[in-house]
Amino acid sequence: MASSAAVAEISAPREARESVVVRFAGDSGDGMQLTGGQFTQATALAGNDLATFPDFPAEIRAPTGTTFGVSSFQINFGSRRIKTSGDAIDVLVAMNPAALKVELPNVREGGVIVADVGSFSERNIKRAGFAANPLEDKTLDAYRVVEIDVSALTMEAVKESGLGKKDALRCKNFWTLGLVYWMYGRDRKATVDWLNGKFAKRPDLAAANIAALNAGHAFGETAELDDMPSYSVAAAEIAPGQYRTVSGGEALAWGLVAGANKAGLEIMFGSYPITPASPLLHILSRLKQFGVVTFQAEDEIAAVCSAIGASFAGHLGITSSSGPGIALKGEAIGLAISTELPLVVVNSQRAGPSTGLPTKTEQSDLYQAVYGRNADAPLVVLASRSPSDCFETAVEAVRLATKYMTPVMLLTDGYIANAAEPWLIPDVDKIPPFNVTFRTDPEGFHPFVRDEKTLARNWAVPGTPGLEHRIGGIEKAYGSGHISYDAANHQKMTDTRKAKIDGIANDIPEQIPEQGESSGKIAVVGWGSTFGPIDRAVSNVRADGHAVSHIHLRHIWPMPRNLGALLANFDKVLVPEMNTGQLVTVLRAEYLVPAERVSKVSGQPFKIGEIEGAIRAHLEA
Amino acid sequence: MNVVPEQLTAKDFATDQEVRWCPGCGDYAILKALQRTMPEIGATPEKTVFVSGIGCAARFPYYMETYGFHTIHGRAPAFATGIKLSNPDLDIWVVGGDGDMLSIGGNHLLHALRRNVDLQILIFNNEIYGLTKGQYSPTSRIGTRSPSTPQGSVEAPVSAALFALGSGARFVARSVDTDQKHLPVMFKRAHAHRGASLLEIFQNCIVYNDGVFDGFKDPSVAADRQVRVEHGQPMIFGKEKNRGLRLRPGAFEFEAVTIGENGVTAEDIAIHDETNRVMATLLASMDPDTLPVALGVLYCNPAPTYETGVLSQAADVRAKSPNANLNKLLRSGYTWTV
Ligand SMILES: Cc1ncc(C[n+]2csc(CCOP(=O)(O)OP(=O)(O)O)c2C)c(N)n1
Ligand code: SF4
Repeated sequence: MASSAAVAEISAPREARESVVVRFAGDSGDGMQLTGGQFTQATALAGNDLATFPDFPAEIRAPTGTTFGVSSFQINFGSRRIKTSGDAIDVLVAMNPAALKVELPNVREGGVIVADVGSFSERNIKRAGFAANPLEDKTLDAYRVVEIDVSALTMEAVKESGLGKKDALRCKNFWTLGLVYWMYGRDRKATVDWLNGKFAKRPDLAAANIAALNAGHAFGETAELDDMPSYSVAAAEIAPGQYRTVSGGEALAWGLVAGANKAGLEIMFGSYPITPASPLLHILSRLKQFGVVTFQAEDEIAAVCSAIGASFAGHLGITSSSGPGIALKGEAIGLAISTELPLVVVNSQRAGPSTGLPTKTEQSDLYQAVYGRNADAPLVVLASRSPSDCFETAVEAVRLATKYMTPVMLLTDGYIANAAEPWLIPDVDKIPPFNVTFRTDPEGFHPFVRDEKTLARNWAVPGTPGLEHRIGGIEKAYGSGHISYDAANHQKMTDTRKAKIDGIANDIPEQIPEQGESSGKIAVVGWGSTFGPIDRAVSNVRADGHAVSHIHLRHIWPMPRNLGALLANFDKVLVPEMNTGQLVTVLRAEYLVPAERVSKVSGQPFKIGEIEGAIRAHLEA
Repeated sequence: MNVVPEQLTAKDFATDQEVRWCPGCGDYAILKALQRTMPEIGATPEKTVFVSGIGCAARFPYYMETYGFHTIHGRAPAFATGIKLSNPDLDIWVVGGDGDMLSIGGNHLLHALRRNVDLQILIFNNEIYGLTKGQYSPTSRIGTRSPSTPQGSVEAPVSAALFALGSGARFVARSVDTDQKHLPVMFKRAHAHRGASLLEIFQNCIVYNDGVFDGFKDPSVAADRQVRVEHGQPMIFGKEKNRGLRLRPGAFEFEAVTIGENGVTAEDIAIHDETNRVMATLLASMDPDTLPVALGVLYCNPAPTYETGVLSQAADVRAKSPNANLNKLLRSGYTWTV
């Protein structure tokens, strides 16, 4: 590895790295998410595997220069499989003192800090909460600091565009991006194309941003800065095929469309805006060409009710929200369970009870999903592990909802919804169809006639002659579908609803460990977006020869039929979750296993080290 | 292909289910009137859907031999909106009580009306909560004694018609449960109107609020206490048909006058214009203590429906991308091959 003492020159050898974590951090108005998105694109095009973590403030426009207005975008990329957005930051781009203040604790010792000194005014330094200029005291001694007056250099670079000062300074993020492109030998073409497309109607803005991008790049090439590091990260070994980057919101929307397509149904999507669930509403609104109707309802209750109404009428009703909105939907979901109508409910989990931390991530709605309704009201719960995994999970949600005439709750979270990763694009034609058939034959019909095997009732939709019927939440007689208050009948119907959902365990794959054997010392059981850090932590301890396996659940309810037996093969069951131990309770209740929790509820994803540490502590104990 | 349908009768719209309202409940009369009206408007059971919330009134769908969805308290308009967006060919009736529609469901009613979803929305207003045993409702008059207001309620009531007009409804009408002549006419008008039609029916809850509307419903006073409005007709009432509404000179309100008294002539009586929202608002605002209760179509002024707007946008998008292909969509934007 070249040391920082090496003389920097144009042809300085690049440090080779297996993987790198870069974080762009600045004011919420600095365009950090855009910068991160473009860097992700360029990195993917360079053949690296990657994972991203966008982290933005809850305030739409926080006062400039404040720590609570810091918006950041982290990307971990490498020549090996990347499964998390990275533990510690290798390179921090700090657009202002507040960004430095917030992110510094996450930079690894010896890491690089690129700071825009132009923004380190006395006022900004004070606003960020530094007692003195951190660039001038000992605060940053443990890091390699690259000080650049990005603001001045950007002004200089875009001078010819004739933009006013405010517009010109807006190009700062592209100047910085150009510099980071140089650091990693990235191609600028895709970004130039993107800028030209985005500002097709404002060629002056396109030209200015491109000029800034090029200037930042040229600066890296020519500046003789002692500490200007440059790296090479080789392309990763990745399965062959056609790739793109995809966010959880996109994959989810496309998966739902694919699923509906396989079921032969059109989608009626009813939703009400809430962070971080809104991207799904936005994306589906643009997919009308695929038979999608979207309805922005007056509230979450109306949203789910409209979706259930749509399912009653023969469409696939879908609704989405985050925890607080799912709470409002509870009663209606119970009705969908009682009337046995298909429904997909997406929950993009957010942190905290009530309004909590809307832009931060957590996995604390598992109880809500599995148990959170009045009375015995079982439904299917699935969880996506990553942005691209949302696609498959969504198809599965539609399959189970329509085959079993049941609501399915699909859990994602803020992290998955917004993060992006490379995706081997699937061939939709290869997904086996599961066409729905509506009942049309009046012979022997009543609304709760069931399929003997699946226990699903017949789906008869209004408009069909001879099948007129009334359904509702009041208990139905098993044999006729008429209202019934009969005691034995209620027992039978309750048992049947439960048996129907339990039986789905026979229609989902048996659980196999993601890593490791089917028995051993510790089973690390995870679900949802903790997949990446658990996977890496387990592989680290396995590399030291420990009998630790990673078991990751997609089907949360019902659970895979062999799960209890599988867990019994391990001395210990460890469950890392971004909650206080919800899956732990469920596993203990279902299988009487002594599952133990590894809990983190800070609004931030797990670090690999945290999970690894917990596993090692249990290995020693 | 046009198959001439067999002539249906009221019986064809009745189910085999035992009707479970209290004997003497006004709901029976409404049910009977609607079952009689269905064949007359050419309704077919398979294309008709009754959607209701929860309450005595909301049991209605079980008694109609059509499709029906008895949903949850207050939310029927939201279910109906989803049904309409999925199948605009269905003829959808939404039924609920005053508590269902104006209390827990006030928000949904407001939005269904302002969006102008093509629905017939029937509010059975008995100024009380029936199913939960007699608590006061959002339409109850101040001073209503009920299990939850033993000293009398202190809340100002909401007027369904004024609420609807304020929400932007394009059709607002009123009728009375027992009026088997007028009620079918109102059903027909509501049904003929494309868009959200709100029909408020003054319904008697014999158990918890018996006779609450007698002040204008009782045959002995009806002629003097009701005015039946009709588009283009002077708003005349009274046993002798000599009373009428006229705009009080210099004020934005109606006053009741007698033709032949104080120099009032037939020409002074206001002509009902159902396309005039201000007039509808004045009619709905009349204080029942001093003025007659206006029944009939207070307002009818059609506008494009919600589902037409939504579905035509969707159709446009489809027409512009006849070869929409999901595989292609997934491969749009930047992709790379390894
Ligand atoms: C969420 C919810 N809250 C409360 C109730 C109880 N509830 C059932 S019907 C009703 C009011 C019924 O009054 P109204 O809508 O005027 O209808 P009516 O029974 O008078 O026809 C109430 C409060 C319920 N079923 N669901
Ligand atoms: S309680 Fe009143 S509204 Fe309900 S059925 Fe009896 S009479 Fe009718």
